[in-house]
Formats: sequence, C-alpha cells, structure tokens
Amino acid sequence: MVFYGWLFQLKNLTLSGLFVFTSLIEPLIIATLAFYMFKAGGRPGTLFYAALGAGVLGIWSSTLFGSGGAIAWQRWQGTLELLVAAPPPLILIVVPLTIATSTIGIYSLTATLVWGRVLFHIPFHLVHPWLFALALPTAVIGLGLLGLLIASSFVLYRAANALSNMLEFPIALITGLMIPLALLPDWLHPLSWILAPTWGVRAIRRAALGGDAWFAIGMCLALGIAYVAIAAKLIGVVERKARQDATLSLT
Amino acid sequence: MSFRALYGWLSPWIYIPGMMVAPVFQILLFAYIGRAAHLESDRFYVIGNAIQYASIPCLFAMANTIAGERQQQTLGAILASPAPRLPLFLGRSLPVIANGVVVAAFALAVGSLILDVHIPVSAIAPLALVIVVASAACTGLGLVNAAIGLRVRETAVLSNIIFGFLLVFCGVNVPLDALPAGMSTIAQGLPLTHGIEAARKLADGHSLSSVGRLVLAEALVGALWAWAGYLLLRFFEVQSFRHATLERS
Repeated sequence: MVFYGWLFQLKNLTLSGLFVFTSLIEPLIIATLAFYMFKAGGRPGTLFYAALGAGVLGIWSSTLFGSGGAIAWQRWQGTLELLVAAPPPLILIVVPLTIATSTIGIYSLTATLVWGRVLFHIPFHLVHPWLFALALPTAVIGLGLLGLLIASSFVLYRAANALSNMLEFPIALITGLMIPLALLPDWLHPLSWILAPTWGVRAIRRAALGGDAWFAIGMCLALGIAYVAIAAKLIGVVERKARQDATLSLT
Repeated sequence: MSFRALYGWLSPWIYIPGMMVAPVFQILLFAYIGRAAHLESDRFYVIGNAIQYASIPCLFAMANTIAGERQQQTLGAILASPAPRLPLFLGRSLPVIANGVVVAAFALAVGSLILDVHIPVSAIAPLALVIVVASAACTGLGLVNAAIGLRVRETAVLSNIIFGFLLVFCGVNVPLDALPAGMSTIAQGLPLTHGIEAARKLADGHSLSSVGRLVLAEALVGALWAWAGYLLLRFFEVQSFRHATLERS
C-alpha cells in the first residue's frame, strides 16, 4: 500500500505545473544567486558546495510544499474524510505522500548540478560515488519523514500552504543548506541537530567533497525514525480532535 | 471591494506567515549567504530583499484580482459592462500598491532590527517614498502578469517565475556590476532595480535630490509596464471575446 501510494502521488505531482516549478525552477534561481554571490565574493572554489546545498534546498522545498499540500489537497478534493475513515492508519496513508514529494526533489538536485555544470562550469567530481548513491536516498527519506511530521500537525491548520511556504527559508538557514553552520549563533546549533536536512546535506556533501559521511547518514535515518514515532502520536491526537470538533473537511 | 473579495490572503492565518514572516527569513537567508561569500554588508541584503519582497503582493494580488474574477465566473459580467477600462483595471492596483508598501516597510524595519542595520532617521521619509514608487512600479509589472493571467491557467506559477526573475536580475543580492553585462542591461528595464539602488544610497546618507534620477527612472519603468499591462489586458479582452476563451480556466 505504501509503495502504490508513493507511486500514485509521484505521478500525480509530476502533472502539477506549480509543483514542477517549485521542484525545478526555484532551486535553480537560488542556485544561480548563490553561484553569482560566491563568484563575486571571490570564493569560486565553493561553487560545488553551493550547488549541492541548492539541490538539497530543492528537495526541501518540494517536501515542504508537498507536505503542506498533502492534507490540504485531500481536503479540497473532498477525499480527506474518506482517507481518515478508511481502515488503514492515517499515518500509513500520509507517509507515501510526503516521501513522494521529497522524491520529486531529486529532480531539483539533478537540475541544479546540471545547471551549475553547463552555465557555471562547476566540476562534478564525487570523492565517494557509492556513498553519494547511499546518502542521496537517505536524505530524501529523512526529509520526507520530517515532511510527515509537518503534515501531521497540519491536519488542524486550514492555511497549511501558507505555513509551509513560510518554513522554507528558516529551515534552509538553520540547517546550513547554503552556509556553514558555524556562521550561525551557537544557540541555534541544537535546533539544527534535530532537523534531518542538517544531516542529509552533510551526508551528501561529505560523500561528494570528501569526509566521513556515515555518521550523518546514521543521524538522518535515526531522526527519520524519531519523526515517524512522533508523527504517529501526533496524527492520532489531531485526527481525533478534528473528528470531535467536526472540522476535518472545513476549508 | 474587488481586492477584498478576491485577495484570499487577507486572512491573518495566511497574511502573517506569507507576507510578514517569510520576507524576514528571505533577508536572513541571503544576508548569511552574503556573509559566507564575503560579498556585501548586511544592509545591502536587508534593503534589497525587503523592497524586492513587495513584488509578492504586487504580482500575486494583481493576478488574483483579474484571474480570480474568471475563476468565480464574474469576469464576463464585468467586461460586458460599459465601465471605462482604465479606472476598472488601474483602480484595482491601488490597494495592491498599499499592500506592497506595508510588506516592504515591515520587512525593512524588522530585518534592520534583527541584523542590527542602522538606517539614518533622516533617510526614513525618503525611503518611504522610494518604497511607494517601487511598489507602484512593480504593480505595473503585476498588471502585465494579470493580463497574461487571462490566457495562462497557472497564474501562481507565472507569478513565481517573475518573482524569481526579479530576485536574480534586479541587483537584490548580487551587485549589478557583478552580473553578466546582458543581465545588468535587462535589469535597467525592470521595476525595483532603480528603486533598490536609490534606497541603498539613501541609507548610505545620500539626499533625496541626489537619487532623484533613480526614483524617476523607477517611476518611468513602472509607468511603461503599467501601460503595457493595460494594452495587453485590452488585447486579451478582445481576443477572449473573439475566440470565446474568456471563461476558460
């Protein structure tokens, strides 16, 4: 069920112009800006670093946008009540939706790297190609499961899309997708550590640029498991509340 | 009235995260990328991104106030009426401009406070004027966006693309002289470019009279876009009647 849910959502999202834009064009805009900023700042050596960050930002944008929409779109289409009333636990229905959105984000990473290679002549050389092949799906799953946690809390929130749009840049900032975490104030670091994108981008960067990626891969997976556990509790609570207050289908 | 009816983002649940919180984080993200790149000061990013974010309400709201009529199937009734078109279309832009000013001013104030950017008190009134002119100019581009919205179904995609285009081309985060020559040249014909440059100079202590040419250039660019938008709206209106595509959504 999870596999077919994932496949269905993947096909569904690919047909959405807005979603494809978010997945492809927006990361390219951010990547272009980052390339010019690092070049103009006299730090062209960091372009591959920036390209990888912009690509993961694309995965994050897709995840966030899709997670915000996961519940809202079902609500608009009038299928949310049916899904809630169906025998499988709601979390098993939402997991493939959010993982599918982060999977679409792989397009972003690919597009960003190709964009950087073609227009900015950024060399694409992976220090640990096999580790990169492992780090990428791990990051996708980690980000998708963070999306699950977010989607779970959005059941009660009717303007979920607005909130998900708002969260895009804050998470990108504090998880160091585009900048080294050392630039951020110290008090923000613990918050970064509990967010999967921090470890996802670290795993991808270390696999690509060199360094130990295993710890970051492990952290990404461990956080993903924790997100599922929290989301399972949360979705039960908010689902019950929405049914009690009869607000499930309100738009 | 049409603005209140069609601009669904006026709900505080949408307006606050989308129009007040999001621009502040755009400022912070690019200010930190700027620090990592050793490119410009925080002030550069605060001013650039705050004013550029006015384009979100200017582009989206203009598209919503025209294309929204089509979605609610009231566009035909409006265009069948004998109401003069200039006040009909341009009148809708006034609350949009006001909204853009509020968004940009709020982002500028909060971004400056968070990043400890000092803006001289004497620059506040001229900056307010520049923000009004820049928002009005961007609403001119928004009118073109709205006109295209008569033919293109995904107005949100289009608005997002234009927003990204302005972010890259208008010298918001990269100085114009660091962009390729072609991009800098295109930027001269876009709204926000001259407004942002004027605002940065004002914050650096220049007088309003010394940036007068930039403010006039911004106003002129905006007027040209608004005129193009008006002509495009009339053109698509005629085309829609001719090909019976007015209500196509």
